[in-house]
Amino acid sequence: MAGFDLSGLTASFGGERVIGPLTLTVKEGDQVALVGKSGAGKSTLIRLIHQRVDRESSLVPQELGLVNALPVFHNVFMGQLDKHATWYNTVTLIRPFKQDRMQIAELLDALRMSEKLWIPTASLSGGQRQRVAIARALYRNAPVLLADEPISALDGPMAHHVMKLLKDRFKTSVIALHDVDMAMKYCNRIVGIQDGQVALDEPTERLTAADIMSLY
Amino acid sequence: MLSYPTVRTSLIFLAIALVGLLFADIAITANNPWRDLGNFFLGVLTPNFFSSEGLLTALLRTVAFAFVGVTVGAICGFLLALVYRFLPVRIFCAFIRAIHELFWALIFLQFFGFHPLTGVLAIAIPYSGIFAKVYSEILEEADPEPGRLLPPGTGTIAAFLYTKIPDCWVQLRTYTAYRLECGLRSSAILGFVGLPTLGFYLETSFSQGMYSDAGAMLILFYVLIATIPLWVKPKLLPVYILGAPFFLGDGLPIVWGNVERFFTQDIVPSPLRDGEGLVGLMPWLNELMIEQALPGIWNTVILTQIALVATGILALLAFPLISNHFGGPIRRTSGHVFLVIARSTPEYILAYILLQLWGPSMLPAVVALALHNGGIIGHLIGRQTNTIRLRSDAPHGFNRYGWELVPRIYRAFLAFLFYRWEIIMRETAILGILGIYTLGFYVDSAIQSIRFDQAMVLILITAMLNIGVDILGRFIRRKLALQTMPTC
Repeated sequence: MAGFDLSGLTASFGGERVIGPLTLTVKEGDQVALVGKSGAGKSTLIRLIHQRVDRESSLVPQELGLVNALPVFHNVFMGQLDKHATWYNTVTLIRPFKQDRMQIAELLDALRMSEKLWIPTASLSGGQRQRVAIARALYRNAPVLLADEPISALDGPMAHHVMKLLKDRFKTSVIALHDVDMAMKYCNRIVGIQDGQVALDEPTERLTAADIMSLY
Repeated sequence: MLSYPTVRTSLIFLAIALVGLLFADIAITANNPWRDLGNFFLGVLTPNFFSSEGLLTALLRTVAFAFVGVTVGAICGFLLALVYRFLPVRIFCAFIRAIHELFWALIFLQFFGFHPLTGVLAIAIPYSGIFAKVYSEILEEADPEPGRLLPPGTGTIAAFLYTKIPDCWVQLRTYTAYRLECGLRSSAILGFVGLPTLGFYLETSFSQGMYSDAGAMLILFYVLIATIPLWVKPKLLPVYILGAPFFLGDGLPIVWGNVERFFTQDIVPSPLRDGEGLVGLMPWLNELMIEQALPGIWNTVILTQIALVATGILALLAFPLISNHFGGPIRRTSGHVFLVIARSTPEYILAYILLQLWGPSMLPAVVALALHNGGIIGHLIGRQTNTIRLRSDAPHGFNRYGWELVPRIYRAFLAFLFYRWEIIMRETAILGILGIYTLGFYVDSAIQSIRFDQAMVLILITAMLNIGVDILGRFIRRKLALQTMPTC
């Protein structure tokens, strides 16, 4: 089961309700773009969904959550720490196994940064760091992708490349995006958030960019 | 000015110290202190490195005890840091670090004798408590986000190794290296209670008036500490750690009967041992409190407060020596040398030397504590002033000192000073072993006359006093909103 059905989602900050209560149903195969003004509650909603469907989701948070002192390889490998025994993970920390090395090198190749495999993430640029977090989510390979502005630091061609990759690899996803064109191009359902409520929820083919702009 | 809480606090502490001076026994009692001091400096200038092979052995033992003690302490401290959130662990750690290395050594000497284990445990036990506290503080500051992103079902150990350790690694390593330097100082002074380290050699040379030998030892010790970055390399560490236990020397074998007797008889309060029961215990405790503990506490507190203020004054006077805002490169280089010597010399050794030269009173202790701690704090805040960028038309000389720099570093200065308050008190207590009437004096006398039961009670009181000052220091730092990293 890759879809989910969440109701009664709420979040408050400093006593003030910022989200909800709202209901969101995502079916398998839904590739949802969350759009809306900054501050509308997109990030909070992604966090809330993640709390509810933890086990089922690959998360790319806005702050990325990388361990800066570790090389790119280990940051990506962390996506599957649950799949191995402790001794295996410990040995990998010191000397990675060949099969993992190849698998992760391939993944980085797809993200066009294979030469950075052993560089500590602290010394990468913002866009490269973002791709490491995406690589970790891809490696995690959960049935659902939850991503919060995953292409905010990428340039045009790379942003398209990454969005296409995410679309191909994750059948079901919820991605917060501020770029309406990207949302229209790579997602099949648009959910607009306004003041913590769902203000728009339609399949992409039924919408034009102008419909979405009314949210801003 | 008086409306600033930091200024008010400083003035209160200054007033306490001044009142303390009225009660303190400050005097130079030696017949010709300046001649002795001159002879001593002559000895340092004409060091004799070849008088006996004992010097090199003592140096080797000092390094070996430091490495084994600090390694064991770091490992135990790390394990304790993992469970540091539990209150009993915190209390236990506060207790073991409140007792000075020399007190631990005095305790273990009574039942292990001059066995290497005595020296190793004397360093390892208090260091475990310190490591546990600082390691746990460092680990707490790690970024929690990567841990939250791990796939559910990740093992605790793997999560810890991937998300906590790499993030904290540099800080853990820096702090451990700093502690190794402290360990070398601790190891050196263990010689004063008879273990085969540099302190033993120093005491022997001094008591025979061989100042050139003592000078050679001091110079070697400075070189040893100053060259740590050169000879302590990550790649060589395993060699040192595995090799060190073989260079501790043999000492004397442990008599296990002594160990048993110590715990089942020696430290049991004598009224209980003699079957007088609780009725006899009260007068015993009463007498101990009035005749030993209270005078000891009184002198320890007075000396601590005077030394604390003297440390502060010295630090404020000394920091311009290494500050970029004053003087030329020559003055800064000599300033650096002075501060390195001041902070590398353990208080105990400084106090011992000054006591030999000036005769017994609180004065050598105050000067020794102020020189060592003032050197450390002066170095830290001096370095801090180098990061301050002044406007280009800022005043020069004394006005720059008083108007531009001191106001900016004063909070950091107070933070360091209150952080070291507890350390100064712990040292003050221990200096009693040298013959100043602080708690250490009464502990040492009790041990000399085989009253271990009383010695243990006095050590417990000392520990409580240290814990109390630690809590008070933290309270004041919080009240004044002073922050400091635990690297001084």
